[in-house]
Order: sequence, then structure tokens, then C-alpha cells
Amino acid sequence: MEGPPTFLALLWFGLLGLILFIYVALDGFDLGVGILSLFARDQESRQILMASLGNMWHPNQTWLVVLGGLLFGAFPVAYGVVLSALYIPVLLMLLGFVFRGVSFEFQAVSRYRGLWRLAFGGGSGLAALAQGFVLGGLLSGPQVSAGQFAGGVWDWLNPFAVLVAAGLLCGYALLGATYLIIKTEGDIQQRSRRQAQIAAWLVAVASLTVALTAGLRHPELTRKWLAPGPLVFLISLPLTLAGALLSLRKGREYAPFFWTLTFFAAAFVCLAASLYPYLIPPGVTVAAAAAPDNILTVMLVGMVVLLPVMLAYNAYQYRVFWGKVREGVYGED
Amino acid sequence: MPVLTDAVMLSRLQFALTTMFHIIWTLLSIGLSIFLVAVEALWLKTGDDHYYHHARFWGRLFLLNVAMGVVSGVPLEFQFGTNWSRFAAATGGFFGHILGFEGAMAFMLEAAFLGIMLFGWKRVPAGVHFFSTCMVALGASLSAFWIMVANSWMQTPAGGVFQGGRFVLTNYLAAVFNPDMPWSVNHMWVAAVETSLFVVGGVSAWYLLKKRQVEFFLKSFKIVLIAAIFVAPLQIYLGDGSGRAVARYQPAKVAAMESLWHTNPPGTGAPWKLLAWPNPARQDNDWTFLEIPYGLSLLLTHSLTGQVRGLRDFPREDQPPVTLPFYAFRVMIAIGFALFFLMLWTLWAWRQGGLTPAGLPRQTWLLRAWVAAVPLGYLAVETGWITREVGRQPWIIYGLMRTEHAASPLPAATVATSLAIYAGIYTLLSLAFLVFARRILLKGPDLASAPPPRGRPAPVPPPVPPPLGGP
Repeated sequence: MEGPPTFLALLWFGLLGLILFIYVALDGFDLGVGILSLFARDQESRQILMASLGNMWHPNQTWLVVLGGLLFGAFPVAYGVVLSALYIPVLLMLLGFVFRGVSFEFQAVSRYRGLWRLAFGGGSGLAALAQGFVLGGLLSGPQVSAGQFAGGVWDWLNPFAVLVAAGLLCGYALLGATYLIIKTEGDIQQRSRRQAQIAAWLVAVASLTVALTAGLRHPELTRKWLAPGPLVFLISLPLTLAGALLSLRKGREYAPFFWTLTFFAAAFVCLAASLYPYLIPPGVTVAAAAAPDNILTVMLVGMVVLLPVMLAYNAYQYRVFWGKVREGVYGED
Repeated sequence: MPVLTDAVMLSRLQFALTTMFHIIWTLLSIGLSIFLVAVEALWLKTGDDHYYHHARFWGRLFLLNVAMGVVSGVPLEFQFGTNWSRFAAATGGFFGHILGFEGAMAFMLEAAFLGIMLFGWKRVPAGVHFFSTCMVALGASLSAFWIMVANSWMQTPAGGVFQGGRFVLTNYLAAVFNPDMPWSVNHMWVAAVETSLFVVGGVSAWYLLKKRQVEFFLKSFKIVLIAAIFVAPLQIYLGDGSGRAVARYQPAKVAAMESLWHTNPPGTGAPWKLLAWPNPARQDNDWTFLEIPYGLSLLLTHSLTGQVRGLRDFPREDQPPVTLPFYAFRVMIAIGFALFFLMLWTLWAWRQGGLTPAGLPRQTWLLRAWVAAVPLGYLAVETGWITREVGRQPWIIYGLMRTEHAASPLPAATVATSLAIYAGIYTLLSLAFLVFARRILLKGPDLASAPPPRGRPAPVPPPVPPPLGGP
């Protein structure tokens, strides 16, 4: 009925995967710090956790806006189906962002600072869980007919999606804890180390369960994973996680964060391999969802220029605000 | 109520609510960021520390405002998918890529450089800081550009054809530079600048009325006055041009804006009426008040007998609502002129020597008028957008796709719930913002803090207090 995707559509499938990875890596540690702030010992350390993000939460979250717009442009059908099928988790994610987004500025001027710090933690947790449900709901295969979502508004809520959401929550917490090891010292750093270890084990359990459930339910997935390409990445999942745990035990500062990033990268490749040739299994293929080649070309030219520039000035921001965060005063210079 | 069971109507209300809330914050993001560029440039050029403290003081308000803008902006982008999935699928590629470019080119620029602009005063050289401030302003304005490209394309779609229910792009530049685009980009951008000028001016006037830091706030007051001399008349000119463009490309909308039912016969002119009460059932006005003969023809065609098509020329199912655009449009125009005359009045007071510490006590009413003008720009923008969007109905893409065919297949109860949640949270946020903004204003600027070195690359390393307790 429909041919294979054009080269440009494939390229955009990859490019969006890359941008999604950048988003998950950056906002992942960001949301993770928020989740961990719920477990902080006292208000002072909660404040330091918020300060460790400085203003970077702002560009970090913006990657999601970039991703949303580009997905809308490159795969408009998928954009409509995914978002309308996952109306409720998307709404919850946005509400989470609202609360954590205002909390930085509000807690600096409010008389009820603790309340807004709680909004930061709660909002982060809500957004992370909701993203997990978006992913879980997507993987559960929303019903599609004639290029529109045809299921019910609660279809995304199933045991498998709960598992995915819990896994993603722990994954973000792991990213956040390993980031805090880099950005903090003393007591908070020690605490982050312990939290990172717990999170890493939880991630291991969750990803194993997700993989087993998915593999048993859909034998064709197992076949896809056992192809030589994806197999390398599948095997590297436990290895990278072991690397993170080992470096944590050795007391390294930077290595745990980068091991965690490699774990996420490998998980991403596995995910992409499991999805392809679908963008939304089992109804919408990459080919069917893609915009025409002429608009994909315009977008490609634009992004080839913009992406390096964006990465460059984002990196510059990290350089300017590099170093341990010591004071709990958010952002004052 | 029938509205509560109509998912499309609820999605429209939700989009209206969330956009009308979001746009409040974008105005200062665009205009105040330019003001911040100006005061920082003045500081770098003159070395007058007052300008540095202006940058810091307005920067705090800016940050609070940006936080509101960011959190309310993200839901908008996603609503195109959640609530308007059939619109997303039909216009896809072209419309979506604009939002992608907006994010990548503009929003990211603003978000990233905001950090240095607000928290990097002592971490980067003055030149880099100034560059960052410029990038924040550029990002906000570019953002407005792309969003107006997207919206203007919905008003006057161009550059492609609709085939099998989908927009197929044939000419990229024609789609971006659609007929409405140049007018609406400029009209909106100037509206943001003008609103910001009257916010900064109004807040400064409030301090002047309270006799707090008079010399300091006279500086900001004069800066905005000088800018308003150009901006206020320019906006009236752009408004006139936009109106004529609408008359040419969206005749049904202009007929609704003017509650005009009958096309004027050749050789006669269409009158302009100040007030009217439209009655769509009768396809006529129940009453009109203060008609100016030939007025509308003159306004829209710049000729006494130019033809202006009345609503009766359009099938009923293609007619937009009339009452709302008619009155919203009049509020916007009234404010445009009110701000223009306030500028003239202030200019006259300046010439009389009223804008000096000694002359100010005689200008109480002028300053009060400025304080009262703070919300006017916002109101003009909201009413302008109501005119623009309600006047486009029943189309989501004018003449091509009907709004009712664009919505996601969602149950009404789901949309009603999300609408109620948004309404509740946005009310809460607005109240919080007002409380916090008031607190910042009551506290006033901190003129005692020492500015960082100017124009010399000497970042001061952050202080190193002892590490927190623990091994």
C-alpha cells in the first residue's frame, strides 16, 4: 500500500531521535534533581539542589519545545495521533512543567519558600512520570484509524505503561543524582552517591522487566533485538549500567554521569530499533507519517545550520556556570 | 449548557484561554528586553550607574514575567496535537516546521542567554554580557516573527494547495511571506513594544508620584517617552494598514468588525458607525449610533465611494460572529488613540519644564494617567486578537479548512476537565504573580550595590566559603 520511507524521512527519524536524546539527557538530569529534592534532608539542601540547575533548566526544557515543533513539521500525522491519544499524560506533564517552571522565581520572592520548593519537586516528579506514561502508552500501540486516534482517553493506563513510567522516573533520578555528584560536595554529594546507587539498581530491575514483558508479548520484537546491530546495544545496556555502579563505588565524580548517558543512548537505539518501521506501532509507519520531501528539505537545511549553533551556545552557558554550587542562593552573582 | 457537551467549542475555549493568558507575558518579553538592551548600552556608553541599576531592577521583573511566559507557552505548542490533531495532520509539514524553527532559532536563544543576562554580571566580561542581553531581545522578537508567520498563514494561506484534505506546499517563500504576514508581524511587534513602554512608563510614574528615587525614575520615564514619540503614531499607521489588508484578503472579517450587512451600491459610500447592535437572525443591525457617511469606504479603500462588501454577500454558514469582533475592535482602536494622546500630553508637559524634580509636583494628573495606562496596552492586544481570531471564524484556515473539521476526536468531558484545570491554575499563577510583582515594586531598586567593571574583561571568581558540613 505504501512504499518504504524516503531517505529524508529516514534522516528525520534519526535526527528527531538525536534531539529527543539531547532533551532526555539534559532535562532528564534536570527533572531528576527535582525528584531527588523531594528526598532532601532539609530546606537548605533542597535550595542547593535547585541552585545547582541555575538557569540551565530553562534551555534544557526548551529542547522539548524544539522537539515538539520539529516532530509536528516532520511527522505531522504522528504528532496529532500521539498527542491526542495521550491527552491526559501530556496534560499532566505540562502541569508538572508549569509548577516546576514558576517555582524557581517564585521561591526567591515568596514568603512560603518551602511550598514552592515542594512545587519544584512535585512538578518534576509529575512531569517525569507523565513522560513515562507517554512512552508506555506509545509502546502499547494506540488504536489508529484513517490517520487519527480511535481509542479511548484512558487507553494509555495499563500495567506495562506503569512499569515504563516507574523505570523512567528511576532513570531520571539516576541522571539527577550523578549530575549532583558533579555539581555538589560534602554531605549532599555523599547522599547523591547513595541515591545514585539505589536508582541504578532500580533502573536495572525496571529495564529488565520492561524488556522481558515486551519481548514475551511481542515475539517479533525479540527477533528485531537479536539482529546483529541492535544486539550490540542490547548487550551494552547491562554493561553501561554496571560501569555506572562500578564508578560510583570507586568514588569517581564525572564517570557515573557519563556512564548513565551511555546507558540512555544504548536504550534509545534499542527503542528506535524496536519501533522501526513504525513511528507509532502498530498503526503508523515512518513513511506514512512523514511530511512531503520538500518541507523536510527546508527543515533539514535550517537545522543543519541551527543545531550546531544551539549546541555551541548551550555549551558556553555550561562553561560560564561551571563548578560546584556552594550557596543556596539561586542565581545571585 | 450546550457548550459543555461540544468538544470543539471546548477546545476553542481552551485555546482561547491559554493563548490569551500566554500573550500577556510575551509582550514584556519582547518589549522590556529591548528596553534592557537600551539601558545597558547607555550604561556602557555613559558610565552612569543609574542605567546599570535600571538594568538590574527591570531585570527582576523581566525574570518573573519570563517565567510566566515560558510555563504558559509550552502548553500552546502541544495543544495543536492534543486538541487539533486533524489540523496538525492536514497542515502538518508547513505549519509544524514553523514552530520547530521558532523553538530552534528563537526560543532557545532567549532561554539560553537569559542565564548570563540575569546571573552572569560578574562571571563574564561586560561585552559578553551586553551581547547576551541583545540575544535575549533578538530571541524574543524572532519568536514573535515566527509565531506571526504561522498565524498569518492561517489568515491568508498561500504557497500551496489543499489536496485530499492536506496542504501541499508548492512555494515556500510565498507561504512564509503570505499577504497578511508583513502587516501582522509589524503590528504585533510594535504592540509589544508599545505596551512595554507604557508599563515601564507607568511604573516609573508611580515611583515619581510617591516621590521615590525621582531622579532615577525620571530617566526611565524619559527614555520611554522618547520611544513613544515614534512608536505610538507608528502603531496607528500600522493599524490602518492592517485594516486595509484585512478588507482586501478577508472581506467577511472586516464586515463583521464593522457590523456591515449591506454592500454599498456603486457611487455611494459605506458609512462608519461608532456603535451598533448586530442581529444575525435579521441579517441587519437593530440600531446604530453616530454614523459618519462615507467613513468606512474612506478608511478601508481611501476613496469616498470604494466598495466594502457587507455580510449579506456571504452565505450564512460562512459568516463570522459579529458582536464580539465589532466591540473588541473598537476597544483596541480607542486605546491606540488614548496612548497616542497621552504621549502628546506628556511631550507638552516636558516642553513646559514639567519633567524635572521641581516641575513634577504640578504633573500629578499626568503621572496618574500613566499609572492608569499600564493595563491599556494589554487590553488592546487582547481585544485585537479577539477581533483577529473570532473574525476568522468559521475557518481555522481562512477559506480552506473549517474549525469544526480541525479538532481531535476527544470526548467533551475530557476537554471540559482540562479547560477547568487550566482556568484554575492560571488564576492561581496570576494571583501569585501580582503578589510577587507588587513585592518587587514596593521594595524598589537597590541603588547601593556596586556595578561590575565596565568594558574590561575581568570576571570575578565566585567567593569560596567553606564546604558544607560532613566528611
